[in-house]
Amino acid sequence: MKILVCITNVPDTTAKITFTDNNTKLNKAGVQFIIGPYDDYALARAVELKEKLGGSVTVLHVGGADADPQIRKALAIGADDAIRINAEPLDSYFTASQIAHVAGQNNYDLILMGRESIDFNSGVVHGLVGEMLGIPSYSPVMKLEIEGTTATLAREIDGGKETLSATLPLVLGCQEPISEWKIPNMRGIMTARTKPLVVVEPINMEEFTVPENYSLPAPKGACKMIPADQAETLIKLLKTEAKVI
Amino acid sequence: MSVLIFVELDNGSVKKTSLEAVAYGAEVAKMTGTTATVLALGKADSASLEQVGGFGASKVLHVSDEKLTHENSLAYADVLAQAVKQENSKIIILAKSGLGDAVAARASAKLKAGIISGVTDLPVINRNFTVKRSIFTGKAFSNVEIKSDIKILVVKKNAIEATESSEKATVETFSPILRDQDFQASVGTIEKASSELSLAEADIIVSGGRGMKSPENWQPLLDLAKALGAATGCSKPVSDLDWRPHHEHIGQTGIKVAPNLYIACGISGAIQHLAGVNGSKYIVVINKDPEAPFFKAADYGIVGDVFDILPKLTKAVEDLK
Ligand SMILES: Cc1cc2nc3c(=O)[nH]c(=O)nc-3n(C[C@H](O)[C@H](O)[C@H](O)COP(=O)(O)OP(=O)(O)OC[C@H]3O[C@@H](n4cnc5c(N)ncnc54)[C@H](O)[C@@H]3O)c2cc1C
Repeated sequence: MKILVCITNVPDTTAKITFTDNNTKLNKAGVQFIIGPYDDYALARAVELKEKLGGSVTVLHVGGADADPQIRKALAIGADDAIRINAEPLDSYFTASQIAHVAGQNNYDLILMGRESIDFNSGVVHGLVGEMLGIPSYSPVMKLEIEGTTATLAREIDGGKETLSATLPLVLGCQEPISEWKIPNMRGIMTARTKPLVVVEPINMEEFTVPENYSLPAPKGACKMIPADQAETLIKLLKTEAKVI
Repeated sequence: MSVLIFVELDNGSVKKTSLEAVAYGAEVAKMTGTTATVLALGKADSASLEQVGGFGASKVLHVSDEKLTHENSLAYADVLAQAVKQENSKIIILAKSGLGDAVAARASAKLKAGIISGVTDLPVINRNFTVKRSIFTGKAFSNVEIKSDIKILVVKKNAIEATESSEKATVETFSPILRDQDFQASVGTIEKASSELSLAEADIIVSGGRGMKSPENWQPLLDLAKALGAATGCSKPVSDLDWRPHHEHIGQTGIKVAPNLYIACGISGAIQHLAGVNGSKYIVVINKDPEAPFFKAADYGIVGDVFDILPKLTKAVEDLK
């Protein structure tokens, strides 16, 4: 079982987002970066599958050297080796092309990643990679079992869930409760230091999208407080003032 | 050259979020001096297909093959790419959803088309083609130029104010090639709460947090939701504890919603929860703690015990009728 797990390097979920350079760059000062929470679920499941079925887990990241601590953390959680494609992940198409290029040389049985990155929230990289490799992709996957070359998975659909089985290889976008986040232990942290992290250069490609600038939402107005003993007033306001009921 | 809009069907009817995408696509068609064509797959109600005319589309390409009735992003993407080629479309619109993203992604790779998911406004079209998208789970926006010849836009709810006319679209049969390889997976069970309103489409959502104390306590919340015709949601710990099903989990790691009205009952308003609701037009917070962070993100607030307040609200809603 050869598993590839693609991870993003994103601001912590509690980070305050601001921009610099005339709103053209994320202000990274004071922002803590983490492995994307959905990718973290994918990684945890990959490590469990390896422990059960044998094989290997490789983590892949498209990005700069500032992500190395997060990649080491993934190794500490249980991945065997890592590849970093040394390029700014400019957009979904670019990132997916880089991943597909490396994955295409290595014959993975499973390519797991989060259902979406929490910086750009696109949720399209797994589909792009699947199509680029000519293999099926499914997302968001909340349960995954492997038997032989067959994967049985549960996928969230609008208002419910669906189970299906498909033949490997597959690309899957993962979300909870596929597994529980794992915290590296001391032994993991020690061994992670010497596990291989290979840095490769990106392939050249055409630019499809170009970010121009960023902006923040307009600040929220004050909250109108309604005394608890006049709760029914709220319904009147929703009807006559907000006009939403 | 028409703008092509991929719509999702629910029991043969075009979903509300997809009708919004149609209105969006029709507006983009107007801006670019062309017409809007809709692609609908699987078993469909013909009156519902004609109804997309009311949102500005002139034509519907319908593939009636029963094989496409069951949601299948692999096959849908392939059919979409074939329709794009037949229509020579340069702009493709889908409504943002798990399915919309999956179809858009695979079609993007087939067509070598630039793709932006999470679009929140109409594009600005002059010398360049620029869209505004939501990023950092609603905490910020980005303006992005799309340079590729074919452009795919996955559009969020409320990106456009959709109004309906009585116009009807003409429905044409479309017969694409269906590839066997897209039908390899075998579908087991489908659990779908069909009677419930889906969170993605709901105009009103009543949502409960750990402040509801136990799953047995949900009735007053369900009563208010019923009175309002609302869908129900919950915070992450609530679904983690199995008090409510996972598909109700809203937030950073759950569903992102954008209703007109979001009523939060006993939810503290952690930043990860707010990330899933900051697209709402109005937010009401009911919490017994006046310091709960959610009040900072709310339009209306009541400090008090949910179990006191919910029945009063339900009664007030019923009194309106
Ligand atoms: C990476 C990451 C991702 C996460 N993703 C999500 C996510 O997607 N969605 C999400 O919701 N959370 C998410 N969380 C968890 C989040 O941080 C909070 O822990 C969670 O939202 C809290 O849920 P809650 O408000 O229901 O519970 P609590 O924080 O326990 O709040 C309960 C609230 O109920 C109030 N209350 C209690 N009793 C009553 C009463 N009788 N009447 C009125 N009010 C009452 C209390 O004052 C309190 O404010 C995430 C966390 C992390 C680290």
